Amino acid sequence: MQPIIRVQGLGKQYQLGGASAVYSTLRESLMDLALKPVRALRRNGNEPVTIWAIKDLDFEVTPGEIVGIIGRNGAGKSTLLKILSRITEPTLGRVELFGRVASLLEVGTGFHPELTGRENIFLNGSILGMTRREIERKFDEIVAFSEVERFLDTPVKRYSSGMYVRLAFAVAAHLQPEILVVDEVLAVGDYAFQQKCLNKMQDVSTGGRTVLFVSHNLGAISRLCNRCLLLDGGRLIASGPTAGVVQNYMTSGLVQRPEYIQSSNRDKAMNLLRVALRGADGEIRSEIRYDESLSFEFDYETNQTVSGTSLGVMVYTLDGTCAFTSADIDAHAELLGVREPGKYTARVTVPAKWLNVGRYTLTVALANAMSGVVYDNVEALVFQIVDTGTPGSLNGIKRPGVLQPLLDWETRINAE
Amino acid sequence: MHEVHLPAEPLVVIQPTKRWSILSFKDIWAYRELLFFLTWRDVKVRYKQTALGAAWAILQPLFMMIIFTIFFGRLAGVASAGIPYPLFALAGLVPWTFFANAITASGNSLVGSANLITKVYFPRLIVPAAAMLAGLVDFLLAFLMLVILMFYYRVTVTVQILFLPVLILLTALFSLGVGTWMSALNVKYRDVRFALPFLIQLWLFVSSVILPSTSIPQKWRWLLMLNPMSGIIEGYRAALFGLPFDWPALGIASALTIVVLLYAIYAFGRVERSFADII
Repeated sequence: MQPIIRVQGLGKQYQLGGASAVYSTLRESLMDLALKPVRALRRNGNEPVTIWAIKDLDFEVTPGEIVGIIGRNGAGKSTLLKILSRITEPTLGRVELFGRVASLLEVGTGFHPELTGRENIFLNGSILGMTRREIERKFDEIVAFSEVERFLDTPVKRYSSGMYVRLAFAVAAHLQPEILVVDEVLAVGDYAFQQKCLNKMQDVSTGGRTVLFVSHNLGAISRLCNRCLLLDGGRLIASGPTAGVVQNYMTSGLVQRPEYIQSSNRDKAMNLLRVALRGADGEIRSEIRYDESLSFEFDYETNQTVSGTSLGVMVYTLDGTCAFTSADIDAHAELLGVREPGKYTARVTVPAKWLNVGRYTLTVALANAMSGVVYDNVEALVFQIVDTGTPGSLNGIKRPGVLQPLLDWETRINAE
Repeated sequence: MHEVHLPAEPLVVIQPTKRWSILSFKDIWAYRELLFFLTWRDVKVRYKQTALGAAWAILQPLFMMIIFTIFFGRLAGVASAGIPYPLFALAGLVPWTFFANAITASGNSLVGSANLITKVYFPRLIVPAAAMLAGLVDFLLAFLMLVILMFYYRVTVTVQILFLPVLILLTALFSLGVGTWMSALNVKYRDVRFALPFLIQLWLFVSSVILPSTSIPQKWRWLLMLNPMSGIIEGYRAALFGLPFDWPALGIASALTIVVLLYAIYAFGRVERSFADII
């Protein structure tokens, strides 16, 4: 079958500092001009540092495929999406697109707070590449999908964050390009609505449309994509049916993430900043011995006074079984009340000799139980419980089960 | 899955652009609706955010006219070619205000749209163009006030008024050229933001807004011709009040407008492909 996307020898190089760094002011630029002769003399060893964000990428996508792109942070996923959506240019290579592309790298791009919901539907639709007639034709459908009919003529600055996200998604979900490029935008918004969007996107592909989808959420990737590309260090290292590539990714040792730092997406009422896994000695590690305790540490902030919020964690095994869940409000119900603006740190400890040997992922969610808004929902950590064969451990035998707790046994000989 | 018919040739080819790439007018045409929506947004937001809304478009040149009349009215005297000074000043201030606002708005437009530029593709030239076009709406409102003043002073309109659309086009193109150039410079040098208001203030004094070009000694008048705004503004007065056109000045202004516009598009194009990486 003829491909709809053909990528050949694609590469993108970035310069870090060095001679052609961007001048922020005219003064620096003039200074540089004056110093150029001097600089030329001491040029040796001062070459600009360049890195290849992606290199030698070759792949094809056939119409109707939903392709997931996975890989560690810095693997080049976002750069690839940016090139495909023509935001940045490649340094090398070529991409051929045999269809209209729409990219969704952010929800509500170009939304203006002063404009009403109705006006923003037109503005945003047009920014995403819809024609005016297309927007008019789908207007009622978009409004119905967004569930904000009553506030259509209210400026969106008065919307709750939930309403805002709904409206933005509704516009995006009604894009009808042949190729849709989607970044990790489904991580925010409330869960039910996320599902609605995922379903709508699946409709998109049954209509013969092609979707490229980047996510850290392997669950969503597995549910949605029939094929996956695995990137590492800017190169394509695996491509094929989703289940195999995801398994490959999880077991390859590529994934060892004892710490997660969220640098962008911090303008919400509540933001996750950092998650770390510490061993019993307090070190940040991704390999934890079976016979030591481990603790998860969370840094988050609230930008405004919030109430009804919780920090929840879910630990999953490789095959997607939920090992256990826990939330900060379980033991401290008072946290459901008000959280004042500020930075918070929370820590939860999992006892030693409790989780069975194996690999696990930790998903962290910051959510508001009252409004249903999910501020953050990320698969933050990937870690491993290892058996070291030390006294009191399992002596190298992996038994079945998610848990391998050391329980209190009591045995006695019964007198006849 | 049903059969999908793909075009034989790719719709879009993404590859590194050559150093001298030609601006794709086809691409801009394809995105004309976005140009309309961004212009519409700029106009709408400005009128929504300000208490006086559309009145600003009129107040700005009106107050400048009053101040100029008080300070320079007598000085201009004979030089304003028999035109009452308030009318003389306003006929210069209306296009001048448009020009000043348009280059300020488009000069800052790209940096202000960073969020859009790093998230979605469209021909970037649309951003400064929309900022300029939004100013055109203010211009038309201010122009209405000028028409009213002309009625008040019972100015008899000649056939020369038919030249007005050409002058408006020339003003718009020159504003687009300067604005686009400034917007591209602004990405690299954030100094532009501070330098631009200063530049505009100085520029006002050499644009024949306050006094006619005839008030300048003959031997220096050629210098004034190097400023397209001077020729254009004199052109407005000639068209509105039936005065003789200064064809050499208008010719030079048109030629310089084209040069500036082409250079701006070239400079913009060079910065365009790295915008998303710099901003």
